[in-house]
This record gives sequence, structure tokens and C-alpha cells, in this order.
Amino acid sequence: MLERAGKRPLAVPQKTPMPHIEARDITLIYDTPSGTVPGVRGVSFAMEASEFVCIVGPSGCGKSTLLNIIAGFITPTSGEIRIAGEPVRGYGMDRGIVFQDFAQLFPWRTALGNVVFGLEMKGMPKAERETVALEQLRLVKLENFARSYPHHLSGGMQQRVAIARALAYNPAVLLMDEPFAALDALTRDDMQRLLADVWRTTRKTVIYVTHNVAEAVYLADRVVVMTPHPGTVKTEVPIRLPRPRDPLSVEFLDHQKELLRLLGQDARGN
Amino acid sequence: MTADRAKLQHYLALRRGAFTIIAVLALYQAVARSGHFAPALMPPLGAVAHTLWDSLLDGTMIEHAAFTLYRVLSGFGLAVFIGLPLGVLMGRFRAVENFVLPLASALMPIPSLAWIPILILWFGLGNPVTILVVFYAALFPMLLNTWSGVRAVNPLWLRAAGAMGANEHALFWKVIIPGASPFIIAGLRQSFLRAWVAVIGAEMLAASDWGLGWVIFDAKEFLNTDVMLSSLVVIGFIGFVSERLVFGSIERATIYRWGMARAAKT
Repeated sequence: MLERAGKRPLAVPQKTPMPHIEARDITLIYDTPSGTVPGVRGVSFAMEASEFVCIVGPSGCGKSTLLNIIAGFITPTSGEIRIAGEPVRGYGMDRGIVFQDFAQLFPWRTALGNVVFGLEMKGMPKAERETVALEQLRLVKLENFARSYPHHLSGGMQQRVAIARALAYNPAVLLMDEPFAALDALTRDDMQRLLADVWRTTRKTVIYVTHNVAEAVYLADRVVVMTPHPGTVKTEVPIRLPRPRDPLSVEFLDHQKELLRLLGQDARGN
Repeated sequence: MTADRAKLQHYLALRRGAFTIIAVLALYQAVARSGHFAPALMPPLGAVAHTLWDSLLDGTMIEHAAFTLYRVLSGFGLAVFIGLPLGVLMGRFRAVENFVLPLASALMPIPSLAWIPILILWFGLGNPVTILVVFYAALFPMLLNTWSGVRAVNPLWLRAAGAMGANEHALFWKVIIPGASPFIIAGLRQSFLRAWVAVIGAEMLAASDWGLGWVIFDAKEFLNTDVMLSSLVVIGFIGFVSERLVFGSIERATIYRWGMARAAKT
């Protein structure tokens, strides 16, 4: 079992200009039978509260690993993550997590049952937690499906339940690991719009891992670009476009091109 | 899927089941009436039905069945009580797995009935022996299915639950048990079937005076084939009811409803 962080206030008032999340020189080295393999090396970045940061990179660049380290599922070989000034040890209820896999929901619980889980763990009384959970389902526009089991919901709806579930216990940070990667393109566009709305309403600090450059430009305040073997931060690109963003505008496409160039994926090659 | 449709499906399944059983009964009747075998050895259905009806009316058959059910439920209950938690521990902790698995592998191939002579020497004839034999037969399917089920629990569920603040206790009751439920239910089912098969054999060898297995064995002494056959009918009927109604309803109320298992298509 991973150790859990002790109870601590969820939203720490920040009077000093301290970053909300800070990664300090994170390195993770895997031990494999054929020797040690660096998964992530020397990753550092800082985030303000309520900032939306996308981490992009090709597969195998360690972006999901990095997210799992921030979530507390994996302990880095060296370096540390600080959230609201406190070092991360194991997982804690200051972070909500959404995975890519639809199977993350508990199939034996209804949509509402899934969303109340975190509140149940906190010991909130039944009536109260159902009220809170219904509010969260309304936020992701699923209040009419509260009593449905996950297998009766579409992939997009299941991911919305997962978002509601991660937000229900009111963590300050939302960590998302390619949550829309397994959805079809049209649903993904809808989901991105919905997530942008949810973020504007809740003002969570969001770290969002993706390999989809357009998604990153649509959602992020800032994009962290990673390169593989080993996973390092190549550069950071601020996105200062007004919201809601128009994915067909020239500026949007310029940002997209720039990110693709940084990833070595543009038409001219490297 | 609508309730009406489900009801229709259920009705059709029932009709198909009835058809199979009627066909086999007709075949039996044809052979029994053909005169190749003495009626004393192969009584016609009418005689069996008559004997069964009488024994149900005077309550003896019901009493025998009650004794058998008591033994099977005691042994089965004990097997679940021990097999389920032990299976979970095996799936969660390597040390428990390392300790229990070799033992299970060594004991499992021994037929439960093979224990009866030694158990009779230890405990004498009667309930303790039959219940222990049932327990032995039912334990391993329960244990191994639960163990597989716990290992098949999606690690994402554990991560998600952990991130939402679940402690070991909550993980066990609210994630691992429901997450492993398709396997646990399969385990209960297999376990009960094994228990039901074992109890009849155990009663033949180790019970005195009561139980459906004992009825068959006792009737053999007096060439009462109609009694033997009516006892078989009761054994089959109780097995059928528990299989279709009890375990079938448990499945429909849980893993089918949750989409964790599906009925076979067409």
C-alpha cells in the first residue's frame, strides 16, 4: 500500500506568492532486468493556483509517469513535489484524479454512487453527500443519469462522471491523464468545451497530460513540452489567447504549429 | 433492455428447459415399458411418482431432504466463511499466498469422499463427518475463485479509491469484494454444487437413519428402486432450484445489473 498523507486543510490560503504546485528536479529511474532506465530526469516546473497546465509529449516521454508522481502513486528516485508548500508523500485528498481508461468508474455503483465515494470516505452524512454529488453531476450535465450504472453510459458520459467524482470532495488540484484520448473526435471537442467551462466555474489548479497538441492549445494557460529518452522538459509555452478559444483562428493554429515544431512533428521534420 | 422482454426471455428459457426434461422422461418411460428390464429394477414413472407423492405427503421425504440441506448448508457455510476471507488474503498478501497455495494444491486433488473412512474412525457416524466432507468439497472452489477474483480487480479502482481517501477497511468492503464479485459468485456456485454432490456420497457412507443419500443406500438393501429414484428426483430438484433460482437471482441482482458479466447471446 502507498502511504497516505495525513489530514491537512484542502485549500491553503496563500498570502506569500508561493507557487501552488512545484516540481523540484524530479528524477525517476526504473530498475529493469536489463539495467536501470531513466523514466523522467530533472523535471522542474511551478504552477500558480487556478492555473491550467498541459503537459504534452510523444508517448514514452514520461508525462503520465510524471502525473503519477504528482498524484503520489509513484515515489520519485530523487527530487520532490510540493503542493501548497508541503512535500507530497503518497496520495491525498488535496488532489483529484481522472484517468484515461473508462474502466476507472466502479461498475457496481451508479453514477451518483461513484461521485459520492470520496465524500463517503470523508464520513459526510448520506443526504448531504448526495446533494453535493448531484451538484457535481449537474456541473458535468449528467444530473438526469444519476441512477444509471456506468455500463449504460457512453464513454464520454463515463469520463464526465469520473470528472465529477474527482471534483466532488473538493480537492484544490485536478490531475488528468489523457482523459479524452479514447473518445471519438466529436465527443472529444464537446468534452474539451465542457472541461473549459468546469474549470472556469471551479477554478481548480489543473495538470492535464495529453499528446494532442490542439487539445493543449484549446485548454491550457501554459504548455509544458517534454521530450523522451529520458523524459525531460524541453520548454514551456504560454498560451495567452482569449477564452473561449477558436480552434480555427490564425493565432490558435500558430500556437499549434509552434508546439508541433517543438515536438519535431511538423511537415519539414527535424 | 425492458422488463417485458426480460420476462419473455425468462419464459422461453423455462419452456426450453421443460422440453428437455420431458423428452428424457419420455425416453425413460419407453424403455421401462418395453419389457427388457424387470419392473422391480426399472419401475415405470407412475410408480415412482406414486412413491414420491406418498413420501412427500407423510413427510418422510421432506424430513430426509431437511437433514441433507442442513448438512450441505452447514458445510457450505463453513467453506464460505473460511474460503472467502482466506482467498481475499491470498490475493492481497504474497506471504499468505505462499503459505496456503501449496497446501491447497496438495489437498485439492484428494476426493472428499476418500476422507470418510478416516473421519468415521475419528468422529463416528453422523453429522460431523458429513458436514466436514461437504466443507472439504466446497472449500477449494470458493478459495481459488476468490483468490483469482481479487487478483483480477482492476488496479485503477484501487488507485481511484485510494486517491479518494479509502482506508484498508473501505478498500476491502467497497472495492475488492464488489470488484471480485463475478469470481466470488462463480465460486459460490461451484462450491454449492460440489457440496451438494459430496453430501449425497457422504450420507451413503457416513450418515445413519436420515438424509437423501442414506435413503438411496438403504433402499438398495430392499430393492426399492422406486424409493431410490424418487430420492434422486428430489436431489435433482433441490439442486436445480438452488442453481437456477438462488444463484441465478444473485447474478441478476448484481453482476448482470452492473454490466460486469453478460448472459450468453442467442
